[in-house]
Amino acid sequence: MNKDYLIERNGKKYEVVIGLEVHAQVLSESKLFSTSSTKFGSEPNTQVSLVDAAFPGMLPVINEFCIKQAIKTGIGLNAKINNKSIFDRKNYFYADLPQGYQISQYKDPIVGEGNVVLDLASGSKTIGIERLHLEQDAGKSIHDIDPKNTLVDLNRSGVALMEIVSKPDLRSPEEVNVYIKKLRSIMRYLGTCDGNMQEGSLRADVNVSVRKQGEDKYGTRCEIKNVNSIKFMQMAIEHEANRQVDILEEGGKIDQETRLFDTKKNETRSMRSKEDAHDYRYFPDPDLLPLEFNDEYVENIKKEIPELPDQKKSRFIEKFNLSSYEANILVSDLDISKYFEAVIENSDVKLSSNWITGELFALLNEKNLEITESPISAKNLSKLINLIKEGTISGKIAKTVFEMMAEGDKNPIEIVKEKGLKQQSDPKELEKLIEKVINDNQDKVKEYKSGKEKLFGFFVGQAMKVSGGKANPQLVNEILKKKLK
Amino acid sequence: MSNITDLSLSELVSNIKNKKLSSQDVTSEYIERSKKSKNLNTYIEETFDAALKKAKEFDSKPDLNKKLPGIPMAVKDLFCTKNVKTTASSKILNNFIPTYESTVTQNLWNDGAILLGKLNCDEFAMGSSNETSYFGNVISPIDKDLVPGGSSGGSASALAAKLTPATIGTDTGGSIRQPASFTGTVGLKPTYGSCSRYGIVAFASSLDQAGPMTRNVNDAALLLEVMSSFDNKDSTSVDFKRPMYSKDLSKDIKGKKIGIPKEYRVDGMSEEIEKLWDDGKNYLKDCGAEIIDVSLPHTKFALPTYYIVAPAEASSNLARYDGVKYGFRTEGNNLIDMYEKTRSVGFGDEVKRRIMIGTYVLSSGYYDAYYLKAQKVRRLIKNDFNNIFQKVDAILTPSTPSSAFKIGDKSNDPVSMYLNDIFTVPVNLAGLPGISIPAGLDKKGYPLGLQIIGKSFDEQNILNIAYSMEDKINFKFNLKEWWMNE
Repeated sequence: MNKDYLIERNGKKYEVVIGLEVHAQVLSESKLFSTSSTKFGSEPNTQVSLVDAAFPGMLPVINEFCIKQAIKTGIGLNAKINNKSIFDRKNYFYADLPQGYQISQYKDPIVGEGNVVLDLASGSKTIGIERLHLEQDAGKSIHDIDPKNTLVDLNRSGVALMEIVSKPDLRSPEEVNVYIKKLRSIMRYLGTCDGNMQEGSLRADVNVSVRKQGEDKYGTRCEIKNVNSIKFMQMAIEHEANRQVDILEEGGKIDQETRLFDTKKNETRSMRSKEDAHDYRYFPDPDLLPLEFNDEYVENIKKEIPELPDQKKSRFIEKFNLSSYEANILVSDLDISKYFEAVIENSDVKLSSNWITGELFALLNEKNLEITESPISAKNLSKLINLIKEGTISGKIAKTVFEMMAEGDKNPIEIVKEKGLKQQSDPKELEKLIEKVINDNQDKVKEYKSGKEKLFGFFVGQAMKVSGGKANPQLVNEILKKKLK
Repeated sequence: MSNITDLSLSELVSNIKNKKLSSQDVTSEYIERSKKSKNLNTYIEETFDAALKKAKEFDSKPDLNKKLPGIPMAVKDLFCTKNVKTTASSKILNNFIPTYESTVTQNLWNDGAILLGKLNCDEFAMGSSNETSYFGNVISPIDKDLVPGGSSGGSASALAAKLTPATIGTDTGGSIRQPASFTGTVGLKPTYGSCSRYGIVAFASSLDQAGPMTRNVNDAALLLEVMSSFDNKDSTSVDFKRPMYSKDLSKDIKGKKIGIPKEYRVDGMSEEIEKLWDDGKNYLKDCGAEIIDVSLPHTKFALPTYYIVAPAEASSNLARYDGVKYGFRTEGNNLIDMYEKTRSVGFGDEVKRRIMIGTYVLSSGYYDAYYLKAQKVRRLIKNDFNNIFQKVDAILTPSTPSSAFKIGDKSNDPVSMYLNDIFTVPVNLAGLPGISIPAGLDKKGYPLGLQIIGKSFDEQNILNIAYSMEDKINFKFNLKEWWMNE
């Protein structure tokens, strides 16, 4: 993991340089310039106002909530908030772009430079943010319903997007993975974007170039448009970087162009070259005045900013003595961190961390569930952990209890009572049990005493088996050691 | 009582309020006259039956507190009217029926007015002669060969021919004031932000402004009072305290300082216009105003600036007419083909010319040299006015460099057509209010207008100046009614 991601060809090593333009849908009830709903999954063309469909004489009016969301996100990215920004028109014709232009921000975005800190296996790395700007989403063209016609759904037309542009600071598909997840995590903490990639709330244009290791100058980049999953981004980068290296190795030259990633063929292909690039004829939208607010406005928004992942991580490390790795996992998702904090309210931190990142994550993974859909509530997991900590049940029994809990969030205390799973911790009882094990296995005892010390585990196992798994393993160990001397 | 259609808007209002006339009396008279005046080609859409029905409704329980109680009115076809075809005089919208109402027209109806029909204009308000309309050119009642001016040519012609007691137009570079000047009527372009642009088919968003067109200044004040409102559906609408323009109208302009900008004395301007201007100054002096020579040094850049900014915005505003969602469509082999065919057939030559100019000045590599520079010059033009308004209360200029020209005279020479807007365009670029009032006749007997330009949101002041001048000028035009069918 610590090794740099390099592409080797003919003994030469190439570094991959990646920059992302992430399009994050602003979490808001209504669209950026109209009052239509943004609800996902509604019947086509049911959330379209006259403004969204660009009827004659219709005018955009800024939705202030979306502005606040963008400012919040900017604060979360440690970025400069611009007190004055301008909405521009980006002109092009397409069937799902009713106005014939997209209202976006070009020269004067609402958020300027900032950064995001990634926790990588090799340590932390800071990725620069170039800018964040607000823009309208287009509608959706549907080509595969009618054989002759393209159908257009304008529900998405006018929905607010934040375009978050990174600096070309990313160097591998793995860094892209971590970056996207971190960005998503920050926005979820802030409540500014749900980060749902399946619903298209988070998509990215990926800029990829390659250069020989050690070179300062960037290579010519290609932009891969509209990739909508982390996996596809990684596949696209890998393919594209290798394609570029191949060209260079054959003595060729990279053409700056826009490419599409074909997920079925796992390859990128040219969409349009620089020469064919659209001339978007950006100019300030005369229907909208420049967007201006004062410092106080931003200060008031700052007051609403919750604890963000980086701060939470530091707190977890300091207060709970967790490792950076553990803390990272627990804070990466707001809901996970909430779950964790609910469990540790009454339970041991270390055990809680282990159980959540171990058993619980495995369970969720297996059932393909989010933490918010966990079959085991934080309250019951906390009880289970307390049973272990008090010595009422062993870790092993706890796993059995955990499995039973998973079938409908049962109370672990009742499970233990019902099934008689309470740990056997009476030394006298255990002594009897162990004596029986020793008597039944005299041959093994001999071997052990003649130096085959590995057999100690065998005796522990037997003792546990005889107890039906309920024996306190720590006590079993102690007694066995005494008896086998 | 004289003919109903000879009464001014204000006179009609008081007659209805005094119950001397009913809305039906007035409405049917105007409908009658409009029906006899088809030769002028002023109407694109007539809503006579609906108007009569509404007049009847009004009379059944008249609300005489309204400012325009039961007053019938035809409006420029650039205003979207609910359930009434709205075309902007373009083929591309020739089947478009809005489901919504523009804020300005809604204000009229809210105050008691009744829609008579939609009036012809230049296509998408692009033109100075009403010759670019898909529905044919409008004839001026002044003389059968004359253009009524544009783009609110149908409005000016209908008003001058007494087919509507008053009307509303839109003014992007002179489209209210120039046709008013050509037809001997009053036209006011309010300060940018005074009248909502919501529901008005957009030409150039940063310049477009709706305004009243009337037979006298008092009517203009009354109509502006009704039209102007703050509207949160238009982000450029300004929330200022709107005066009661008609109530506060006053002829007392003693001590007002009126600027005469030397740059408006353009090359080749006729003696008639010079004299008109001089007469204007004398009338003002007679009213007790003080005349001050001033300079607006960037005036000569106004027209080229306008013909960059306006087409640039228009090229983008008109992108929505693509055959996809509403309006006219020509089928094509694919999307691009459909766009090209629809827009080639759907738009007229002048509109296409401006879309091309606008596209060019915004394109990469030319943006800085044209659009950006034009924005900078626009700022300088604004500053010119701001500087002058430190010293004077208003500015007096001719409305146009000449009287109305003949149909076809300039239609093949766009630049000479554009030159017609030379005195009106700077006012739009600076966002200021301007009013044109009839001030005299030229040798041929055609009307000429004078323009009074005011400070932002100082409509009351220019209305007052116009009101007192109107009295002194005492403009009379003997309309011969040559176009009427019996």
